[in-house]
Amino acid sequence: MWRSDFDLREAEIYQRRLTRLTVFVFVVFGILFVRLWSLQIIHGSRYRTESENNRIDLRDIMPSRGLVFDRNGQLLVDNRPSFILGVMPENIRNLDSLLSDLSRLVDIDRPAAEEKIKYALRGDPFRCVYLKRGLSRDELARIETHKVNMPGVTIEVKPQRHCIYGTLAAHLIGYLGEIDKEQLGKREYGGNKPGDFVGKYGIEKKWHKYLDGTRGGQQVEVDASGRILRVLYQKEAEAGADVYLTIDKDLQVLAEQSLKNRAGAIVAMSPKSGEILAAASSPTFNPNDFAKGMDKGVWQGLISHRYFPLQNRVISSQYPPGSLFKIVVALAGLEEGGIDPKERLFCGGSYTFQGREYRDWKKEGHGYVDLHRALVESCDVYFYRMGQRIGIEAIAKYAKNLGLGHNTGIQLGDEKPGLIPNKAWKLRRWHVPWQDGETLSVAVGQSFTLITPIQIARFISALFNGGTLYRPQATLWVGRDSEKRLFEFKPEPAGTWDLAEKNMELVKRGLYGVVNEPHGTGWRARLPNIPVAGKTGTSQVISLPEERETGQEKDIPYKFRDHAWFVAIAPFEDPQIAVAIVVEHSGKGGAVAAPIAKALFEEYFKTKAPS
Amino acid sequence: MFDRRLIDNFDWILLAVLIVMGLLSVFNLYSATYTVRALGGGQIFVKQICWYAIGFLILLLMTTFDYHMLNRLAYPLFFLSLVLLLAVLKMGKVAHGSQRWLSLGLFSVQPSEIVKISLVIILAKHFSEDERIGNYRLRDLVRPLILTVIPFMLIVYQPDLGTALMLLIVSFSIIIFAHVNWKSILIFLSTAVLSTPFLWVTLQGYQKKRIIAFLRPQLDPLGAAYHVTQSKIAIGSGLFWGKGFLKGTQTRLHFLPQQHTDFCFSVLAEEWGFVGSAVILFLYLFLILWCINIARSSKDRFGTLLVIGVAASIFWHLTINVGMVTGLLPVVGIPLVLFSYGGSSVISTMAAMGLVMNVSMRRFMFQE
Repeated sequence: MWRSDFDLREAEIYQRRLTRLTVFVFVVFGILFVRLWSLQIIHGSRYRTESENNRIDLRDIMPSRGLVFDRNGQLLVDNRPSFILGVMPENIRNLDSLLSDLSRLVDIDRPAAEEKIKYALRGDPFRCVYLKRGLSRDELARIETHKVNMPGVTIEVKPQRHCIYGTLAAHLIGYLGEIDKEQLGKREYGGNKPGDFVGKYGIEKKWHKYLDGTRGGQQVEVDASGRILRVLYQKEAEAGADVYLTIDKDLQVLAEQSLKNRAGAIVAMSPKSGEILAAASSPTFNPNDFAKGMDKGVWQGLISHRYFPLQNRVISSQYPPGSLFKIVVALAGLEEGGIDPKERLFCGGSYTFQGREYRDWKKEGHGYVDLHRALVESCDVYFYRMGQRIGIEAIAKYAKNLGLGHNTGIQLGDEKPGLIPNKAWKLRRWHVPWQDGETLSVAVGQSFTLITPIQIARFISALFNGGTLYRPQATLWVGRDSEKRLFEFKPEPAGTWDLAEKNMELVKRGLYGVVNEPHGTGWRARLPNIPVAGKTGTSQVISLPEERETGQEKDIPYKFRDHAWFVAIAPFEDPQIAVAIVVEHSGKGGAVAAPIAKALFEEYFKTKAPS
Repeated sequence: MFDRRLIDNFDWILLAVLIVMGLLSVFNLYSATYTVRALGGGQIFVKQICWYAIGFLILLLMTTFDYHMLNRLAYPLFFLSLVLLLAVLKMGKVAHGSQRWLSLGLFSVQPSEIVKISLVIILAKHFSEDERIGNYRLRDLVRPLILTVIPFMLIVYQPDLGTALMLLIVSFSIIIFAHVNWKSILIFLSTAVLSTPFLWVTLQGYQKKRIIAFLRPQLDPLGAAYHVTQSKIAIGSGLFWGKGFLKGTQTRLHFLPQQHTDFCFSVLAEEWGFVGSAVILFLYLFLILWCINIARSSKDRFGTLLVIGVAASIFWHLTINVGMVTGLLPVVGIPLVLFSYGGSSVISTMAAMGLVMNVSMRRFMFQE
């Protein structure tokens, strides 16, 4: 061993160790040999049988997705079986003739199919390639009949999400889509694998974790033709939990019908809790188009449509409030002291301020009006002068405190905050100081101010419920079993108004007058046995889009015609329902929107006794 | 430099064994990737031929210098490999959820492979220079342990638990061979056992799943245990003579995961039966015993320890991999050196074999 360094004794020691090492190596190898002998000789025949006649396969058991109901238990969304045409590449005998046969029976994208199959042949010929989803009963029958002559063709049944009423409450319910890379990384999608359909928008997305349920699985033994011989292990799937929405289906149907062929939004809320009773946005889309895998043509149609059907106008569209804003000015003025309810001003049809003429919508003017009359008849001149007196800063302050100009927190997608302008904002955004004349426009709800329908619905609710701003919610409860609910609705107050009771009463009386007194602009919403209060609004889109504080063109209706607004509440003393209606480009609020409110109230109170 | 005696003492038998293993590896890989090959897909076995060719060149290269030079270069080499490990953490390509590769233009380098060799060299140097011949107490092992732990942590961080553990095991093999006394071994083992709960926490989810699957297969039949079951079926169904080349049904049906790397032994066992698996095992056994023999006749401690380190690496790779595919050990993602597909692995193993060859060739020579 080592002749050059160290002594022989050391060499001996190392020799000993090497010998021990050799023994150790032999022992370990012995164990391995024994193990191989055991597997291959002793138990070999068993393994041989298992490998030849049977193979072990892992199969997913997909859970059934939770259903969606309205507040009264009426089913809105369920799952239907859908038939998928697939091909097992390994079993194909002649690709060309197979594709020809198939194309004769059903409509398939032949070049795409060919490419997909060839790709699979190269890497994974034992995985089914899907060619067409959502086969009709006819197509199914045709393929099943000829399947015998087409080796490799399979039909699989998979559950498909189905909105029973098609487009009803589409923006609220949302839709499904194939899970993308970003979602796969997130924990709430932990139970999902690539290829799964998950919630992408709306309630389907918000409650996805509960709706989805839990996957189960089976370890099965199958024979050479794929038939299950026996189930080795099975873990059951857990069905998803159901979601009960706060909306009333019949009310929702009526709301959507009212917007047919027009663009706009309607939202009905419960003023004392924030529950959404109906939310309609038009134009709309059909979630069923998404459920089977979105068709490229349909998708292109949706995103390039002039009126943006995918946008939920209830929460994402920002409009000038028009005369609705007079309510804010009235409250601000009363609180600050600028408005004396007994003071009367003369309205002759226009008001000149700093050399400019500000016109009233009524050319002849309203004559002598006090606050009450000004609200009832929606006199612009009165509010020009009050706005000037109160000032933009106070108006902005009150508007924001009363719930406008920021998100309501509805958590249902892309909510927009609207805009309440003030001096600081104008400087920041336009780099020019505020002009006094702009205050006048703001006072009648034109100029830069923007609101969303959900904001104003919440606003009117707060006025009539004593001054509490509730967070709007659309879910009543979630769970599989009514006893053990995973989520239960609770009203969430998000702020209270710090206003004097008597001032709120004054304004409320004014709104009652709008609907029920002579010359009230909202008379078309009047009901014989239920006292309704409300306010009309007509917002003019006369300024150019660039002057608007929004990032995207689609928030600005681009035709220069007026939008019709109407907000209302009923019954007056103990309000049960508040509505906000905006119909784009259709003229005056009183004429167009108020009748819709009337119809909605009639429907709502049909089954309820008014207090 | 090319002394006549070097060529006389050239270890032809070692070379022959390696060539045989190379051929078997290539044939086996052909079968393992047969379904891919048959349709014009990835030509894995061709690539493996290239790796082997390059490997043999490197092996020859490693015999051209005196291995004692490594004694001087040990620390610089080690630091270089640490730098590369750090580099891969910062700039490495991410594949399969971990960063193991550094892309250097035309080819990629796996620093953990380089570390394997440099660690063996540095440990061999450390123990060969010490005055004592054994009976190291725990405190004498501070330096070797630090030298081991630093690359260990860096590799664990990639994350590559399998390679990190292998590094640890080989290092300990060398340390134990250099003869630590029994007391220290016991103290060490007990600390290792006690620290298991802490280690458990640091394991990633899928790693924990694998261990659970091993200990209690009925708890997770759909996951990790499934792979081992498939492997056992493949191996067992080979019986005595095997199913024949290219005729392994489990292989063809893609029931074995990673059949060209971790589970390549199962492919061989299915197709060549007990005969085939025994032959392979014998080849490895022979290789390791031959290395031990070279260690025995090496002329200095440094050479002995170098060879033992390399032999340990081969031994543990084989044992753990075969143990894993036969269900004796949990699945830890250790490929079978010289058999699995993998350029880095082939080349670094051939380089290590080159070192062994180097020591073998110079056993009669005095230091140059």
